[in-house]
Amino acid sequence: MANFYTDNKALKLHLQHPLMQKIVSLKERDFADADKFDYAPVDFADAMDNYERVLEIVGELCGTTIAENAESVDHEGPKVEKGRVTYASGTQQNLDACRKAGLMGMAMPRRFGGLNFPITPYIMAADIVSRADTGFENLWGLQDCAETLYEFGSEDQRERYIPRVCAGETMSMDLTEPDAGSDLQSVMLKATEMPDGSWRLNGVKRFITNGDADIHLVLARSENGTKDGRGLSMFIYDKRQGGVDVRRIENKMGIKGSPTCELVYKNAKAELCGSRRLGLIKYVMALMNGARLGIAAQSVGVSEIAYREADAYARDRKQFGKAIIEFPAVREILATMKAKLDASRCLLYETARYVDLYKAYEDIARDRQLTPEERQEMKLYNKLADACTPLAKGLTSEYCNQNAYDCIQIHGGSGFMKDYACERVYRDARITSIYEGTTQLQVVAAIRHVLTGTYAQLIEEYQKMEVAPELEAQKKILDEMFAKYQEAVEAVKAVNETEYTDFMARRLVEMAGDCVMGYLLVTDASRNLSSEDATVKEAAAELAKSAKVYVNLGMADVARNAAFVASVKPADMAEYQA
Amino acid sequence: MSLNIIVLAKQVPDTRNVGKDAMKEDGTINRAALPAIFNPEDLNALEQALRLKEANPGSTITMLTMGLPRAAEVVREGIFRGADNGIVLTDRALGGADTLATSYSLAQAIKKIGKYDIVLCGRQAIDGDTAQVGPQIAEKLGLPQVTYAEEILDLKDGKVTVKRRLESGVETVKAPLPCVVTVNGTAAECRPRNAKRVMQYKYAASPSEKAKLDEAKLAVLEKRPALDVIQEWGAAYVDADPEQIGMAGSPTKVKAVENVVFTAKQNLTLDDNDEQIEQLIKELIANHTIG
Repeated sequence: MANFYTDNKALKLHLQHPLMQKIVSLKERDFADADKFDYAPVDFADAMDNYERVLEIVGELCGTTIAENAESVDHEGPKVEKGRVTYASGTQQNLDACRKAGLMGMAMPRRFGGLNFPITPYIMAADIVSRADTGFENLWGLQDCAETLYEFGSEDQRERYIPRVCAGETMSMDLTEPDAGSDLQSVMLKATEMPDGSWRLNGVKRFITNGDADIHLVLARSENGTKDGRGLSMFIYDKRQGGVDVRRIENKMGIKGSPTCELVYKNAKAELCGSRRLGLIKYVMALMNGARLGIAAQSVGVSEIAYREADAYARDRKQFGKAIIEFPAVREILATMKAKLDASRCLLYETARYVDLYKAYEDIARDRQLTPEERQEMKLYNKLADACTPLAKGLTSEYCNQNAYDCIQIHGGSGFMKDYACERVYRDARITSIYEGTTQLQVVAAIRHVLTGTYAQLIEEYQKMEVAPELEAQKKILDEMFAKYQEAVEAVKAVNETEYTDFMARRLVEMAGDCVMGYLLVTDASRNLSSEDATVKEAAAELAKSAKVYVNLGMADVARNAAFVASVKPADMAEYQA
Repeated sequence: MSLNIIVLAKQVPDTRNVGKDAMKEDGTINRAALPAIFNPEDLNALEQALRLKEANPGSTITMLTMGLPRAAEVVREGIFRGADNGIVLTDRALGGADTLATSYSLAQAIKKIGKYDIVLCGRQAIDGDTAQVGPQIAEKLGLPQVTYAEEILDLKDGKVTVKRRLESGVETVKAPLPCVVTVNGTAAECRPRNAKRVMQYKYAASPSEKAKLDEAKLAVLEKRPALDVIQEWGAAYVDADPEQIGMAGSPTKVKAVENVVFTAKQNLTLDDNDEQIEQLIKELIANHTIG
């Protein structure tokens, strides 16, 4: 029986990162729950054992039921009838199995029925689920919304809704409208307050993933006459109240098991979540950041299956009397795919850990005042999470698209047929660099950290870390790459024109990503090459191999982008005008 | 109506993943080379029990297994998936039992449990493939038995309705409670382990396991008395007649075990004409390779 956790050694390596000690102790508040709940861990080792055991459940479920259903779900898809969505039968089975396995509300506090998992092991589960069925990861991953409900809802709202999510009810985030995609400030869905304090929602939402969910978070215009983001508030709509119908589901290219709905709100009763006017500027921003990390995990899952499918085919397929993996051209593609996969995964978990750390402090701050040192740490981790999230979402999603493309290339003509999983992977991959903010919007968020030096600061920390002798050469190349990156950043800054910075932003962000991921591969591998745990040690050896391949790739990419930045001057931008 | 359900489970070597070192030179099973697992059809039985429990709130599922002390793993596995508690029937005197002695011992344990409405078990275990233990237990307890069950359709008014999977089709039968039902591998797969239950009951230990725990783990158990759900019973405790258990109670004697390796191989080259293909198909049908 396949187990997608135990058959993927890298996961254990990332789970056992030294920062986990701090994450777990903050998240578990020094194991205070142990006396109240007999499924709460009593110490760090106990907590880590719990994460592993639960990830084994996730891995088993994904390696069997969910992966086995992926093809039929892709073919069957969901249906809409009389305003209600019916999932494909395989999706239904998957959800049912996840509920029975207790994998909903994983990151929620125990007092609401959750497992109180840190983000890192939760994101690891998302990575595993996405490898099994990328579209299903959306439905399962929407439990993220409970996090926003927890952060901004009242205690009464938490008590009423979060236990339902933990018991397996699904969620959706209703943001996009026909005229408000990337530009959410233009949301028009109308919210009207009633004399009893409840609200009524009227209007249309479009492209809503799992739009027939049990519990919705809805962005709507509460302030009559306003036109920008400050007139928007966040609402909770409970399907039990009625008033929202699904008008249609989109016929998509990929992730076909995940219903993408157009919703019609007809005087739907809803309740305000948090404060008025903060809907977009505070809550949805938080919601999106969580969702972006989720898409990064989804992308890593796609890269994983793309690599595995390609590798298996290349070993099996014989041409000119030998397996095609024997040919240098094929080997080079495969090694590059693996390097991109491993690099993506390093960045994903680096980001997840920073998110974990600042959120844990934020949660402690709900109960008591933080000490000045704690506040400072929270600020630092918040900044690092803010910097790493768009980098991770942007670059892992681009990599998974490249890997899906290469996966088909390895399959040759057969890959173009509908007979192999790779064509589904290719279609599923495509959305990751689009939704929850396109790569271009991730660049907009990330360029700030290029210019203010957050990435440079992070890299300088990596430079201080110990490097295994066998990776010294890579470290040296990385230092050169970093110098080139900084040179390019300074050159763009010196011009001091917003238009020019925006023009060059993608290249600078890519260079930052090449450096960050390169150093992460080298340090993550170095730290574990002599691990006592056999699984981790093997994973480190694989990572070291990928580090070498990735640094070759990164070196060339940085040189290419550096050359572009050096030679294309502001005046040259005219050639790019329509 | 709340029910008392007993699920019988056996810890077996995983014969589905047999490597080259699965057999020792003397022809016996090399148990060290095969991971010990929950007998697959017993998992199907557990799923039927869990469904009965869902439909009848307040019901209790007790796992019962006979084997070495480490068979407590099977009990814990059942609890991870939703069973309430379990008993490991373990005793040196029970060792070497064939199916007759095993059924007698388990029947004695069931008598000791006393209160039960239905006993569920897998059709057969993948190590012996006899399918005798379930039916023999029913005989020894004087209970009706339903074998080859694929689904328990209904349980009410002291009767259970069961769909059986037979060679020629399906059959639906009704039996009065209490009874023994043996469940087929074609029945619904068992649900996964539940995350919360795994974190909770991973500490649950049988008395002999507790004896090996370190102080820190024992301290956890002391604080969480609800985890004391795995009992260990011996032959005397279930009032077993020493003549009917273990080697003494086992009329089956193994005369010899042979390691059979199929070596016959045949290559045929046919021309692409209908006659030769038809001839081949006829041969394959005649020797029962196909059809």
